[in-house]
Amino acid sequence: MPVPIDIAKVARLARLALTSEEMERYGAQLGAILEHAASLQALDIEGVPPTAHPLPMLNALRPDEVEETLDREEVLGQAPDREGPYFRVPPFMEEA
Amino acid sequence: MGYEAVIGVETHVEVATRSKMFCGCPNGFGAEPNTHICPVCLGLPGALPVPNVRAIEATVSLGLALGAEIAPRSVFHRKNYFYADLPKNYQISQFDLPLCRGGHLDVETETGVRRVGLTRVHLEEDTGKSTHLGESGRIRAAEAVLLDFNRSGVPLMEVVSEPDLRSPEEARAYAAELRALIVALGISEARLEEGQMRFDANVSVRPEGSMALGTKVEIKNMNSLRSLQRALAFEVERQTPLLEAGREVEQETRHWDEAAGVTRAGRSKEESSDYRYFPEPDLVPVTLEAALLERLRSALPELPAARRARYRALGLEPDAARLISEGEGYGDLLDAAVAAGAEARAAALWLSGEVTAHLRRVGMSLASTPLTGAHLAELDALVAAGRLSATAAKEVLAGVLAGEGAPEEVAARRDLIQISDEGVLAAAVAEVLAAHPDELARLRAGEQRLVGFLVGKVMQTTGGKADPRRVSEAIRRAAQ
Ligand SMILES: [Zn+2]
Repeated sequence: MPVPIDIAKVARLARLALTSEEMERYGAQLGAILEHAASLQALDIEGVPPTAHPLPMLNALRPDEVEETLDREEVLGQAPDREGPYFRVPPFMEEA
Repeated sequence: MGYEAVIGVETHVEVATRSKMFCGCPNGFGAEPNTHICPVCLGLPGALPVPNVRAIEATVSLGLALGAEIAPRSVFHRKNYFYADLPKNYQISQFDLPLCRGGHLDVETETGVRRVGLTRVHLEEDTGKSTHLGESGRIRAAEAVLLDFNRSGVPLMEVVSEPDLRSPEEARAYAAELRALIVALGISEARLEEGQMRFDANVSVRPEGSMALGTKVEIKNMNSLRSLQRALAFEVERQTPLLEAGREVEQETRHWDEAAGVTRAGRSKEESSDYRYFPEPDLVPVTLEAALLERLRSALPELPAARRARYRALGLEPDAARLISEGEGYGDLLDAAVAAGAEARAAALWLSGEVTAHLRRVGMSLASTPLTGAHLAELDALVAAGRLSATAAKEVLAGVLAGEGAPEEVAARRDLIQISDEGVLAAAVAEVLAAHPDELARLRAGEQRLVGFLVGKVMQTTGGKADPRRVSEAIRRAAQ
């Protein structure tokens, strides 16, 4: 059963400018993925608690301690653009 | 028909940890740009976040102080959106399993104590800081944007209130009380001018007495208690005439423009589903054991409301009780002064008067002055014993604050100690009376104004060190 999908909205949220041909192609591909995932709904999960993670792990935390930072020149040297001690990027809207 | 506002406030607070939320970069304001950065807070590929346990404990402490339900199991989610100061293109936040849920905060308002319900308290990470180049206050006109990622990944607590507030003033009082609580708990210094505490608010207006909720507008970008109140007042003023005219208020997000004093409509209509929240696959759930909760609960300090009540019981006026409870270090100093024998009201008066004025003048905190509770007690005792006049006490206090030593020492060095020995005082009075027999006779005959003249003479012969009140009593006694 095909799963309905608003490919234009997905593209907008991902800030992707897709041609109508791409929308059709990716839409079909995403639909197939969702359809596959939807088959999980056929499983009987009565009594299985919801989980957010496949690993049987909890509380992987760190103490509040300061560690080494990166060298600014090394990092900024790899940025596409910089201005003094800052990264420089094109202007963007407050609310894209 | 009257209208009332229905307001809920979202408060963001930077948690004062040593290191950031998910990496070991230092968490501190005012460093050189882009010096507190690492692969995690720059969002470099392959970098893995690890939560800071202290930030989690601080959030739980606030939840406990608010009487919230602490989640036995809590999960971090990704909130996906694009913004240049968000290097990963998602923010690690919390969604349906926040650390704390429910609870309340009692807020003193003009109309009495209002219990404000809380929806949740959760933990997330702050973004970097962007500076728009070439702007004239307008982001649209910017030529480029400069980014500093020192703040990226700083632990950020979000406290969401229920829509229980009914006026901009109440919203401000709520925010002030929450701030006092956060400072008392040591979660953050909550310095508004440094952006450590920021507000968003939901506001709608409805006919007074109505239970229905109007269309709510979200206002963002308030960075002080004053701008929170101003933005809400503007919004209530904007929405009320619309309703009075039978028109609709549009559901939207508006931005507070501090300089212009107005809210402006935002461009986007993003909904929660547009953020495509999903459980952060790089992090495992957090469980909070009963033993940890017990430890945090027993470590809670005296909360601001309790402290104010205690000071009021000691005789302080409500305003003084609030000032002493909330001024940095004031409460502890007053407690130390009282423990050392000072009268609470006298000590509070010095703290709110001379001490506050001094700190303002020199731009220092109380902790960086040499003043102790024992000093205030000593000063109080000197005044009570009549050895120091009220005016001289202020001068002595200034000397103590300037590091000249303990009150007695400062008073002696500045030659401010009054004659307290009854014998010495009586001798000085007798000497003056003997030298002015005519005046004494006229006083005895009823010429009362001569008391002042004779007191002046005694003050002269004692070099101003006699207590004029006691001298005047002694002269009146002698004249009888
Ligand atoms: Zn980092």
